[in-house]
Amino acid sequence: MPKNVAITGNGAMAEAMRQINPDVVAAFPITPSTQVIEDFAKFVNDGKVDTELITVESEHSAMSACIGASAAGGRVMTATSSNGMALMWEMLYIAASMRQPVLMTLVNRAMSAPINIHCDHGDSMGARDAGWIQIYAENHQEAYDNMIMAPVIGENMDVRLPVMVCMDGFLISHSVETMQIEDDQQVSEFVGEKVPLNSLFDTDKPVSWGALDLQDYYIEHRRGQLEAMYKAKSVIEDVSKRFAEQFGRKYDLFESYRLEDAERVIVAINSVAGELKEVVDELREQGEKVGLLKIRVFRPFPYEDISKALEGCKIVTVMDRSTSMGAYGPLFGEISNALYNLEDRPLLYNRTYGLGGREMLLDDLKDVFQESKDYLNNGKVEKIFDFLKVRGA
Amino acid sequence: MSFTKSSVLKDQATHYCPGCGHGIAHRIVAEVIEELDIREKVIATAPVGCAVLLYDYFNCDIIECAHGRSPAAATAIKRVRPENIVFTYQGDGDLAAIGMAETIHTANRGENITVIFINNAIYGMTGGQMAPTTLIGQKSTTSPAGRDANNEGPPIRICELLSSLDGVTYLERVSVSSAKDVIRAKKAVKKAFTNQIEGKGYSLVEILSMCPTDWKLSPKHSVDFVNKEMKEAFPLGVFKDLTSS
Ligand SMILES: Cc1ncc(C[n+]2csc(CCOP(=O)(O)OP(=O)(O)O)c2C)c(N)n1
Ligand code: SF4
Repeated sequence: MPKNVAITGNGAMAEAMRQINPDVVAAFPITPSTQVIEDFAKFVNDGKVDTELITVESEHSAMSACIGASAAGGRVMTATSSNGMALMWEMLYIAASMRQPVLMTLVNRAMSAPINIHCDHGDSMGARDAGWIQIYAENHQEAYDNMIMAPVIGENMDVRLPVMVCMDGFLISHSVETMQIEDDQQVSEFVGEKVPLNSLFDTDKPVSWGALDLQDYYIEHRRGQLEAMYKAKSVIEDVSKRFAEQFGRKYDLFESYRLEDAERVIVAINSVAGELKEVVDELREQGEKVGLLKIRVFRPFPYEDISKALEGCKIVTVMDRSTSMGAYGPLFGEISNALYNLEDRPLLYNRTYGLGGREMLLDDLKDVFQESKDYLNNGKVEKIFDFLKVRGA
Repeated sequence: MSFTKSSVLKDQATHYCPGCGHGIAHRIVAEVIEELDIREKVIATAPVGCAVLLYDYFNCDIIECAHGRSPAAATAIKRVRPENIVFTYQGDGDLAAIGMAETIHTANRGENITVIFINNAIYGMTGGQMAPTTLIGQKSTTSPAGRDANNEGPPIRICELLSSLDGVTYLERVSVSSAKDVIRAKKAVKKAFTNQIEGKGYSLVEILSMCPTDWKLSPKHSVDFVNKEMKEAFPLGVFKDLTSS
């Protein structure tokens, strides 16, 4: 039976892991994702899952163990944040290029230094080129739902790529919200069994994984990986459709919130979208034509669909919760790419917010819409790139 | 009897839990630095772990290191500024898990630094997960039924492990779980700093330390846990001392 529960974001991810019942989980604790593995350790201890839990000595070892177990044919999961994922860096690329559909809960946290345990997206954005599918969540329910879909997406034979399910540290991971945990059996059926591909266990068909690959084939392998990433887009759409049929909640590659006839649009990722919806509603009541485009799937990035969704609007504010030092924000770069080929391009600019957990309140977000109104009235963008709520500006 | 606080410690209340061993270890290190009159020369590395705010408490130069990377940073600092006195202050997660490679190689190279190793048999800061030093049968959030040697291996004894390395000068395991132990611990810490001043090479003092919060024991029972159980798994004593021969 599905049940409504009041639960933390981390608790919800642990529930998803319990229902997915992976063969192996390898992890090393780091705030704010630690509780995912702690809750899961209880499930292992209580015999609620059949998982081999490996409490390794670092994240680098955690991802190495995940890759080994996945190459051996197992379904494998882990959870981490920030510096923990940074220490996995080498292995993130290897997991992806060896086409191991490892599943990760990434609880977004700011990168050191200075040390900071609070939310921004510097960790996952830094890993955007590693070859992982990246799916982001506004709230608890979405994070859980994304994780239930993750194995079906990553293990699809046309895809075979690792999947990172991202949610905001503390804002979601540690806050309690009421959400629906689906029926164990139904989730289990939805997720299905992982079909091993060239498993190390298949001794009748010996294989080598990750062999040397120089000028002769490396570029073809990279291209193959990229093709899998492109195919992932329609697979994600199919899986989301199946998910909606089974569980009733409908997800697209991104969410269009009151975009129809919107003139001023904010593009954002993760929990701030919840607040933005409220602000959009309020401004709409006052007759302002505003809307929100919330990114769900960041890799593969749905350029064409987004350009269609934003076609016709007059000004777009892209809110990045991370910096790409020496460049505009990572999300801004993608949105400009998406919009460039439109004949009638909207005005476009970038605002960085919330680094290291700096909060954005509803009034702050209203200010963002006010600025876009001023820009639109003046017919030009004064500052393409700027920070929101920062000292010394 | 009067009690004065070491001038090497800042006038700042610590964030440590009641009954935690870190505060005692801080005091010992601070008093030794004061007695050796080296404060102006000391550079410390702060770990990632409960002692992450070391720089709020010690009145000396401090660099914050990524989790486990103190020995590598300390090596570099000492090599650039051999006239300074460099110490790392690390927990068992920092030193014996994520930073184990640095620990072993720094010791093996015989770097002339002082390592203060706080062994509280748990990852304190992240809320009580199993550490490499967690005892067999000891419960943690990632070993809810107790550590099982078959699955997680037995606890790692750092002093014994490092004692086989030729580069190492001095290794001693002490405790802060009784007045007598604290006096012994201070002697060991003093020796570890003196060795560095005299250019004698790598010294590590392992301090068995209480973590009432994550052990889910009262401060009093935590002291008992160190005295009865930890000391059995981690016998106190000198494991190597090249200066005595
Ligand atoms: C790369 C990386 N992985 C994980 C963490 C999370 N983390 C912070 S403190 C800690 C454990 C500290 O335990 P220990 O070294 O034993 O020190 P204690 O807190 O017990 O004093 C961990 C795993 C981190 N900060 N960086
Ligand atoms: S959690 Fe443990 S080690 Fe950390 S301050 Fe509290 S008692 Fe000390």
